This record gives sequence, structure tokens and C-alpha cells, in this order.
Amino acid sequence: MTIIEISELSKSYRVYQKQEGLRAAIQGLWKREYRNVDAVKSIDLKVEQGEFVAFLGPNGAGKTTTLKLLSGVIYPTSGNATVMGHVPWERNNDYRRRFALVMGQKNQLWWDLPAQESFRLHQQIYQIEKNEFERSLDELSDLLSVRGLLGRPVRELSLGERMKMELIAALLHSPEVLFLDEPTIGLDVIAQHNIQQFLKYYQAERKITILLTSHYMKDIAALCKRVVVITDGQIQFDGSLDDIIESFSGQRILRLQLAEGQSADGLERFAAVESIELPRVTLRCPRADATKSLGEILQHYQVDDISVEDPPLEEVIAKLYTAPPEKAE
Amino acid sequence: MQAMQITTRVACWWMIFRTALEERLAYRGDFALGTLMRFLPIVTQIFLWWAVFESVGGGNAEEGRLVGYTFRNMVAYYLLSMLGRAFSSMPGLASVTAKQIREGEIKKYLVQPIDMIGFMLLGRLAHKVAYYTIATLPFALVFFLCRSYFDGWPTPETMAAFAISLVLAFLLGFFLDLCIGLIGFWFLEVSSLLFVYMLLNFFLSGHMFPLDLLPSPWATIVDYLPFRYLAYFPAAIFLGKVDPDRLWIEVGIEFLWLLVMIAVARFLYARGVRRYSGYGG
Repeated sequence: MTIIEISELSKSYRVYQKQEGLRAAIQGLWKREYRNVDAVKSIDLKVEQGEFVAFLGPNGAGKTTTLKLLSGVIYPTSGNATVMGHVPWERNNDYRRRFALVMGQKNQLWWDLPAQESFRLHQQIYQIEKNEFERSLDELSDLLSVRGLLGRPVRELSLGERMKMELIAALLHSPEVLFLDEPTIGLDVIAQHNIQQFLKYYQAERKITILLTSHYMKDIAALCKRVVVITDGQIQFDGSLDDIIESFSGQRILRLQLAEGQSADGLERFAAVESIELPRVTLRCPRADATKSLGEILQHYQVDDISVEDPPLEEVIAKLYTAPPEKAE
Repeated sequence: MQAMQITTRVACWWMIFRTALEERLAYRGDFALGTLMRFLPIVTQIFLWWAVFESVGGGNAEEGRLVGYTFRNMVAYYLLSMLGRAFSSMPGLASVTAKQIREGEIKKYLVQPIDMIGFMLLGRLAHKVAYYTIATLPFALVFFLCRSYFDGWPTPETMAAFAISLVLAFLLGFFLDLCIGLIGFWFLEVSSLLFVYMLLNFFLSGHMFPLDLLPSPWATIVDYLPFRYLAYFPAAIFLGKVDPDRLWIEVGIEFLWLLVMIAVARFLYARGVRRYSGYGG
């Protein structure tokens, strides 16, 4: 079942074009020049029920704008979108009770009150039945192991703890669709991992649909089967992480452990040398040549151990952001 | 079904109010001090008016008259206008609203099934209730100490009108300040606008002196502005300065002003949200 359907969705902002210098600043008091920034350019996308989709892209690529459009915070310049049959920016309450938006950099809880108080307020706002509310709160606070912190003022919580509370607040009303905008930003590795584990479990359990933006490849590798790469307001790629590597990186990394006494001289004849720290050598070669090169190397050198890997995800993604896709052979 | 919906709504309002009240009570120390500070200018005001009336009365302040006000009237007016301000002033409302718009915090109200204006009104109500629980005592004390400036209690009808005018002053003050804050949708910075507004408010509401003192045409202009209901009007009712035949008509006009400001705030909000492009994230 298609939950989210986006067609030719565009959003452009009108921003004041500031000129440099005092003179221009004074002139700007009377005459202002505006410039249109196309944040999202005619995006088409379909998301099925139960999918966990990552939006990936450099800063300012239009990921957050897309999430804002889908949560009805802003109006599009043109195009259509429906989420569970609702047009988001009509913001009718039926829709608003069925989804949630969590922004890693925004705080929705009452700062000076214990999180518990914010949750009670959510119970009323979303009209959650008492038993249902208590069950959800128990479950969520156990899963995120924050039960002991519910009574503490939010301002006294660490960033990671606060994020967990934000997630609870967003999930209390059992939304069917969840938008997460950089939920792990600024968190330490352990907190990141906890939140990943939680999201993974929760999504699998409830079969809800989640759209996530993140800069952490670990988040995405751990959570999302489907990745949508957005650069410059357009969808560059839509598929699995493996597909990204497949189609955007025509290269392989060969790691060799040479036998004792074996010199690394002449390896550059077979593949580009990345690094040599005897006995370990790292080489790189076009994907298609990997088998051939390896065969030749084994003929000429004493090798104890071999592994063939894809280049690091970060590297592939960085390439994807900056350059048009390499054609996969 | 209908009744169900109303009870759940009221339960929701109550919870918003309760939560906001709890939050406000976290700052009770700040409140108590603020309330006491509010009364400090009273002493200088009494001396100032004493001097004014003395010169008007030819050396005897008790004899002085200013557009129907005696010296005692004037002090009573000043105290009552402070009471009016305690209802109608909305410290921080406009600037916080503008800040929420600027920093994108209003997303919360757009994403959740709640109405921003209603939510803020309940929050402000809690703010005021928290304030009154602490301010009542010092207020009562000051009024008691200054009881000799009053000519006894007004009639029950006048008292009723006075009480209603205070409630309306609260609501009118809320929507006026809210509108200034909502201008933040168009201008990212509203602080200088707010400054001008507060200055105007100070004069035109009668906080500084009774509006009867204004010469025409200013008196007439002020009569047609909503600000007079924020401080002057309740005090004038209490002191019997409002023509008894026109008392309820005047209250009615205040109510109409309230309706107008609600409509303006709703309009600004609806247009503003359309214009809003999610600043700050």
C-alpha cells in the first residue's frame, strides 16, 4: 500500500539578496532585490507502508524542506503530495493525529518541567486513552531505558536523554508515519547506537513508515534498506545502499597481507597502490579488473591473506554529492 | 457524541493550563520580587501629584482640582490603573511570539493537532493566575495602606462592570500584544516596533495619567482607540468617572474591540502561516 505519494513537488523560497558593503546595505533599506532559491525541484517519490527510507544529501540539498512539506509546516510552490490520503499542508487534525515529526535540533518538550508532564499534555492533545497511554509510555521508556528520568526537569537531561524523550513524545500517539530529521545529531556513539537500535526494533515491531534524514552513514547503514539521495533539490538516486555502491563506485579495495620477507615492489603494475605498511598493503582497482589483478598478484607474490572490499561508504557518498554518477560497467 | 467532544476538549485545555501553571510556578521567587518592585514608583507618584495639586490649589493640595480629579482621586486612580495593568499587561508575549516564529519553534503548533492562539491564551492565563496568587498579598497590603485615598466602595453594579472590564482588559491586552508578535511573520525583528507600541500603550492606556486630562482633539482620538481599556477604563469605572447611563454601552464597546482584535489576530496568523517558510532549520 502506498503511504506517501509525491509528484512534481517543488518549493522555492524568496530570499533577500544582500549586497556587500555599507552603501549597498543602506540602499537595501529602500530597494530590495530578491532571489529565488529552489530548495526542492519537482520531486517524484512513492513510499510504501512499512518502509524505512533514508534521505541523504549534503547540507542545503532539500532534505529537510521535503520533510517540512510532508509534515505540512510549509506550503509547496507547486506539485502535489499525499500522506495516508491527506494533503499535508491542509493540516487537518485527522492527519496530524496520525504522524509525528522529530527534529534533532528542535526541542518540543517543556524545558523546565519533567518530561512526564509534557507526555501527559500529549495524551490530552492527541486524545490517547488512559490505558493505552500508560502502556505506551511504559513500553517506550523501558525500550529507551529512561524510566528513572521521567520525573526530572528536561533542562537537566543530557542531549541523548532529551532526544530519547523527544522520541517518546513523538511516538506516544502511535503515529503511522514518522519523520525524523537528523535524530542523532550531536550525540555520542553510544547514544547514537541506542537510538538506532530502538528505531530498528520499533519500526520492525510496528511496521510504521519512517522517513529519516541523517548525515551519519552508520544510522543509514543500520536502519534503512532504501536510500534516496537528494542533491540540489533533485533526486539523484533511489535504491538500496548496495545499489549505491554498485552504481556509484566502480572500484574495489584490495587488502593484502604479504608473507614475511615479501617485498611490495612492483605492485603498482597490477593495481593502484593506496598504502604500504608492510606486511599490509592496500590497493585499489576498477571493479571489473579486480579478479584479474588479484590472480596476477598471487602469481608473483607470496600472500598470506586477502580481502576485497567496497570503498568506504562515506567516500562513495561524497563522490555522489559532488559529481555526476560514474557509469557502472 | 457532541458532549463527548466538548469534555475531551475541556480536558485538553485544562491540561494545557495546568502544565503552563506548573511551569510558571518554577519561577515564583522571581515573581514575588517583581511584584514588590512594581509598587516602588507609587511613592514618587504620590509626591509628584502632591506637587502638581499644590500648585493648582494655590498652596493647598487638598483644594486643587484637575478636570474633576482631587489629589485623593488621583492617587486612587493611579493605584487602580496599576490593577488594570496587572490584568492587561503581557510581559514578553509579543517578543516571545516573534522569537518562536523566527526560530521556527512554531512548527510544533503546525504539526500537532492544537491551535497556537488558543494554546498561548491558556498559557498566558496560567501565567496570570500564577502571578495573582503571589501578587494578591502585596496588592491588598498597598490598597489597605492607601485606603484613605478612596471614597468607599462603589455600588454592586459598578463593581460588576469593573470586574468584567478587568477580564476584558486581560483578553484585549493579550490579543493586542499577540498581533504585534505575529507581525514577526513579516519582519524578523519586531523589537523596535514593540518599543514604539509599548510607549504608545503607556500614554494611551492611561497608565501615566488619567485620559480625561488630555486636551481635545487628543481626548477624542484616544476614545476611539482600544488602548484606553487596558488601564484607564477599569479605574474610571471604579471611581465613578464613567456616566452610569453609558456604563454598559462602554463595556459593550470594549467587548466589540475584543472581537475585532481576535479577528485581526486570526487573520494575521492565517496569512502569516501561509507566508511562513520555516525559518531556522
